[in-house]
Amino acid sequence: MSGQNIVLKMRGICKYFPGVKALQNVDFTLREGEIHALMGENGAGKSTLIKVLTGVYQRDYGQVFINDEAVIIRSPQDAQNAGISTVYQEITLCPNLTVAENMYIGRQKGVGVSWKSMNSKAKEILESLEIPAEPTQQLGSCSIAVQQMVAIARAVDMECKVLILDEPTSSLDDNEVQKLFKLMRDLKAKGVGIIFVTHFLEQVYEVCDTITVLRDGQLVGEYPIDELPRVQLVSKMLGKELDDLSDIKRDGEVSEKSDSVAVLKVKSLKSTTGVEPFDFEIYEGEVNGFTGLLGSGRSECVRAIFGADKTAGGEVFVGKKKVKINKPLDAMKNGVGYLAEDRKRDGIIGDLSVRENIILALQVMKGFFKPFSRAQAEAFADEYIKLLQIKTASVNTPIKSLSGGNQQKVILARWLLTNPSYLILDEPTRGIDIGTKVEIQKLVLKLADEGKSVTFISSEIDEMLRTCSRLIVMRDRKVVGSLTGDELTQNNIMATIAGGDK
Amino acid sequence: MKKNSVKSAFLGLFRHQIFIPIAALLILVIFNLVADPSFFKITFGHNNAGDPILSGNLMTIFNNASELAILAIGMTLVTAASGGQDISVGATIAIAGSVILRILCGAQGPRPESMQAPIIVAFLVACVVTMLFGAFNGVLVSYFKIQPMVATLIMFTAGRSIAAWINNNQLPVIKDVSFGYFGNYIPGIPIPTPVFIAILCMIIIALVLKLTNLGLYVQAVGINSHSSRLNGLNPEFIKFITYVIMGLCVAVAGLIKVSRISTINYSVIAKDIEMDAILAVALGGNALGGGKFSMTASILGAYVIQFLTTTLYKFEVPSDALPAYKAIVVIILVVLSAPIVREKLGQLRKKIAPEKATGEA
Repeated sequence: MSGQNIVLKMRGICKYFPGVKALQNVDFTLREGEIHALMGENGAGKSTLIKVLTGVYQRDYGQVFINDEAVIIRSPQDAQNAGISTVYQEITLCPNLTVAENMYIGRQKGVGVSWKSMNSKAKEILESLEIPAEPTQQLGSCSIAVQQMVAIARAVDMECKVLILDEPTSSLDDNEVQKLFKLMRDLKAKGVGIIFVTHFLEQVYEVCDTITVLRDGQLVGEYPIDELPRVQLVSKMLGKELDDLSDIKRDGEVSEKSDSVAVLKVKSLKSTTGVEPFDFEIYEGEVNGFTGLLGSGRSECVRAIFGADKTAGGEVFVGKKKVKINKPLDAMKNGVGYLAEDRKRDGIIGDLSVRENIILALQVMKGFFKPFSRAQAEAFADEYIKLLQIKTASVNTPIKSLSGGNQQKVILARWLLTNPSYLILDEPTRGIDIGTKVEIQKLVLKLADEGKSVTFISSEIDEMLRTCSRLIVMRDRKVVGSLTGDELTQNNIMATIAGGDK
Repeated sequence: MKKNSVKSAFLGLFRHQIFIPIAALLILVIFNLVADPSFFKITFGHNNAGDPILSGNLMTIFNNASELAILAIGMTLVTAASGGQDISVGATIAIAGSVILRILCGAQGPRPESMQAPIIVAFLVACVVTMLFGAFNGVLVSYFKIQPMVATLIMFTAGRSIAAWINNNQLPVIKDVSFGYFGNYIPGIPIPTPVFIAILCMIIIALVLKLTNLGLYVQAVGINSHSSRLNGLNPEFIKFITYVIMGLCVAVAGLIKVSRISTINYSVIAKDIEMDAILAVALGGNALGGGKFSMTASILGAYVIQFLTTTLYKFEVPSDALPAYKAIVVIILVVLSAPIVREKLGQLRKKIAPEKATGEA
């Protein structure tokens, strides 16, 4: 490792929220030129630790040292001045400004702006980091990965000693991830200490030097990467021996149901979002999935089935009956549930309580004039909090104060409560920790065993292979294939996605 | 143990948004108690007609705050669902009042000897008219996605002219005393009628919020309309309906306003009341950007505003200087209720509290 100079030391950090000890006596050490993974399940305290470090939250106890000098960080501005820069999962730049403007916004001294020198300085940095973007290009016209890199370039240029990358890879494809990793290694060589937060184990083992594991707000330990094999890491995160992921496998294959009636069937359904008309059917107890690259039209298809987007033609049958689905409520009344892809935008109702979030869909189905009594609603909420092991202070906690994985469980609870015969899960495992991922996959299979039908969409092909008995492959907003049984292998799927005919 | 639960209940109240209007009310009450305890005196007497009435500052407050409290109900819903305010309520109150008078006058010209239609008919017609205007605002806001303040600016501008036009710009006067019952006293009952009307409205909205999902739907739509839609709600319709409810509140307030004086002054009636209604919502600690709301806190906010006005009158603040004084108090209240200030206060309290806890132990 390049030197043992410690750039950042956090000692005995404590942070309490009403009813929750988010961090208890946590230590964290970052050395110069080190890529340090911060791992833990949702709710383990990763985000809280990052937020304490960046001044979003105030710590209750503990000390932070930068280069052995105690610092007090009260605001993100303080953090920046202390040499701590952060790049968040969601891009926080302005897409309508140019790349250079984004890099220098809010950093000019005085009123005047020298566009020329700004652009030339930006160009220098972009070139030195080999970021494929022009300073004068509009940021919005760059790919997400490049935008992410520009955000990093901005951070780096602010002479940071500590760079925090909070889930930077969750919306990138493999190629883009590789570019990002190269950039991270370059920075490492320049002596920057990088804190890398991610849920992807592979990525941790690819770039990181050290791993710090948190669990339930406490420090589990700090380990050099070579001394902590994957299985151990996972078991440390979960606090128990992991029942191997490969254990999740369907017991009985879905019996051939060619003679039975599909639970839901659509014929040349067309939505206004530009997906080619498609056919689709699902049988009782079946788990199938849509796969394809981001933007291939996976979500658009299921949204059309649920009536989330306007449909422009096609027929939908529930059982033998032909139905019209013009809006989500129509689908819900026909026993279809839909967990949307974008949890923040389409899933949670942030300020409402966990209880209200859980009962919402069922309540809407029950009707405007028939509200559940408070006791009934709390009983529902308690039941599912227990069933899905949702970590929340109480049923009345606003959902936005829960961690991502627990928010997702609440939304799942919402749809399970409506007792749908057909449940669509669009990326239910995105951005949540491995333990919850496993739980959700198991739940999907359990539902199928109970005779429910599930469509499962995920960017991780592993997950799809584990859960689905049939995969519908999409490319360029078109259904290009359907794989079942022995055809379901990683290679086959890749080939179909890529388009073997060319 | 018991002490603890009392303490935690108190802390809970502190964190609850209703704390702001209650605190404001308490401050006003204490201020008046110290300055002049006779402020709270209620006397029993008779009015010119020989009917028994209760009078005193408190009665004035309860009486005069009625319209504002009723409007606060509608404004709270509109704010929560659409994240904006209806600034046309003062102007549409003028319309409601004008419609009521026009129907009561019938074909008899502006000063009929007797009412030409039952009051209930006139009121119901006014309800329909103001709900239509509410629907107009609602359509602009929810289906055409126009900023609520811009959308309602139209009626804000046009409303009073429409009101004057309804009565051919004449000033109708109703001589029948029974019309005055709604804004004054019913003979034999010493408490002003608007107080009862306001209480009735509060009971109705309480029942509606309890027996329907209006509250849940409005909040869900106000917080996240995308999610709400995917949960089977129709966000546009829910926003729309809050404006229609606002229209209904306007009709009730309009009836009280014209009944008080048995006539109408198109340019003065309910002037600037929309701003007080918005203020009531804000004082109640409700986010003006929509989302979660507390109806109780809004209504309490309306009474706080009236309490403040009456207090200022009592201390003989000249009526043209009144708004300036009011503004000072409002600035303090609104700054105190701003989330950022409350958070800071919370931190301050936390710093003091642990020491106290160890001291007690």
